[in-house]
Amino acid sequence: MSNIVTVENLDLYYGDFQALKKVNMSIQEKSITAFIGPSGCGKSTLLRTLNRMNDMIVGIRIDGQVIINETNIYDSAVNVELLRKNIGMVFQQPNPFPKSIYENVAYGPRIHGISNRSELDAIVEKSLKQSALWDEVKDYLKKSAYGLSGGQQQRLCIARALAVNPHVLLMDEPTSALDPISTLKIEELIQELKQQYTIIIVTHNMQQAARISHDTAFFLHGEVVEFADTEKLFSNPDDQRTEDYISGRFG
Amino acid sequence: MLLNSPQDQARVKRRRRKNQLFHFIFFVSTFFGVVALAILLLQILIQGFSWLDWQFLTSFSSRKPELSGIKVAMVGTIWMMSVTAPLTFIIGVSTAIYLEEYARDTWFSRLIQVNIANLAGVPSIVFGLLGLTVFVRLFGLGNSILAGALTMTLLVLPIIIVASQEAIRGVPMSLRHASFALGANRWQTIVRVVLPSSFPGILTGSILSMSRAIGETAPLIVVGAVAYIAFLPENLLSSFTVMPIQIYTWAGLPQKDFQNVAGAGIILLLIMLLSMNAIAIFLRNKYQKKH
Repeated sequence: MSNIVTVENLDLYYGDFQALKKVNMSIQEKSITAFIGPSGCGKSTLLRTLNRMNDMIVGIRIDGQVIINETNIYDSAVNVELLRKNIGMVFQQPNPFPKSIYENVAYGPRIHGISNRSELDAIVEKSLKQSALWDEVKDYLKKSAYGLSGGQQQRLCIARALAVNPHVLLMDEPTSALDPISTLKIEELIQELKQQYTIIIVTHNMQQAARISHDTAFFLHGEVVEFADTEKLFSNPDDQRTEDYISGRFG
Repeated sequence: MLLNSPQDQARVKRRRRKNQLFHFIFFVSTFFGVVALAILLLQILIQGFSWLDWQFLTSFSSRKPELSGIKVAMVGTIWMMSVTAPLTFIIGVSTAIYLEEYARDTWFSRLIQVNIANLAGVPSIVFGLLGLTVFVRLFGLGNSILAGALTMTLLVLPIIIVASQEAIRGVPMSLRHASFALGANRWQTIVRVVLPSSFPGILTGSILSMSRAIGETAPLIVVGAVAYIAFLPENLLSSFTVMPIQIYTWAGLPQKDFQNVAGAGIILLLIMLLSMNAIAIFLRNKYQKKH
């Protein structure tokens, strides 16, 4: 398998505070990579660096390179709208738009210029099927997304992200606001999606990382302490701090 | 444990009495406003209701109270509002969008923000003087509908800006993030996410600012709306009068019957104001239910 995302010597500062320190990482295509670590360790910051959602924060400074599909995404020639079309994102809290289920999924394609009705219909159906929501909502596509349960809303958000046909899907603690059954459904869904997409998931839940991911990165104080095969990282970590964290001695 | 020691009981009773006292005070305060309003409305209705007829709506002002009508003033108000409403809406909502969505938090944007808040509190007569200096004299618009409407626009802009800003600020950040993460730019996000969600609030603010504009008198007197006028305005540069000024003029006339004519005018003005507010409430409820 080949690498799709490569992070090289990445430093990130919020004003004077250094949130990421010399991060180096290569992420495999069509696999699931988990970022774990205690709160404030920089794992979400790194995730948001990959689709440049950090750009909106005032006073942020980034050194180093993030290369996705052989392009440095912080190059001035890169079009951030197209980057985000290619790198989808799912957030911690389900955040559907106050629109119908259909319009939520069709939002991205419409933004990028698709207005043909049958084309949109096809995208909506395909995306909802991919996110395992189609059977539950196919008769209610015109109903408000706010009528769905939290877990359904999160799967709708995944469908919405898939609708613009991204290569990479970033997930920022996608199950932390959900009950265990909804969490399980999302985890199964993520396993399905890795056939076609590269998935990078930030999680607070170490069992989740162990269950679903292929590789895991452990973050601490803005540094990547250890990045390895998930099985190895959880059974036989190289670094003492990783050992301490996964065995629950802190964090 | 003793549940009802005499000291405890006395204390509880004292607290209850205090509660009752304040309950009473708050009730009286509420009652005071409602009763005052009811008396006012009743008096105006008794005075003016029988004068509010078709003749009143379709006649020019006259020296004889029974022939007097509000036609000119009503047409003047409609003319003025048809300039003020779109101007206020476009400028006000655009300003709110700029301040909330585009402007960075710099000393300059903070200065604008503070000034808008202050402008909302400036007495309306001051806006009248501004209108007189700038629109009537400097721009040479004269005592025209356009000068009046522009002055009125300035007067109510802060209201609609502040209301729209609050509505826009009420749209959760997470929705904007969702839109940006799909590759939308700021304008697409504003049009497709922010404005639809904040529309009820913006609409309410607009209609409230319009009802303020309909009821204002002082600045238009300064700008030169004419008290007695015997013809309908023909274009934006015609001289004009509006309903509150007409009512004010009637109320100042010596003949007793003109008080009743003024009463009829007030009823009409109140009907217009209350229906605008009702529309605002209706639209807000209608669009809020959607989400």
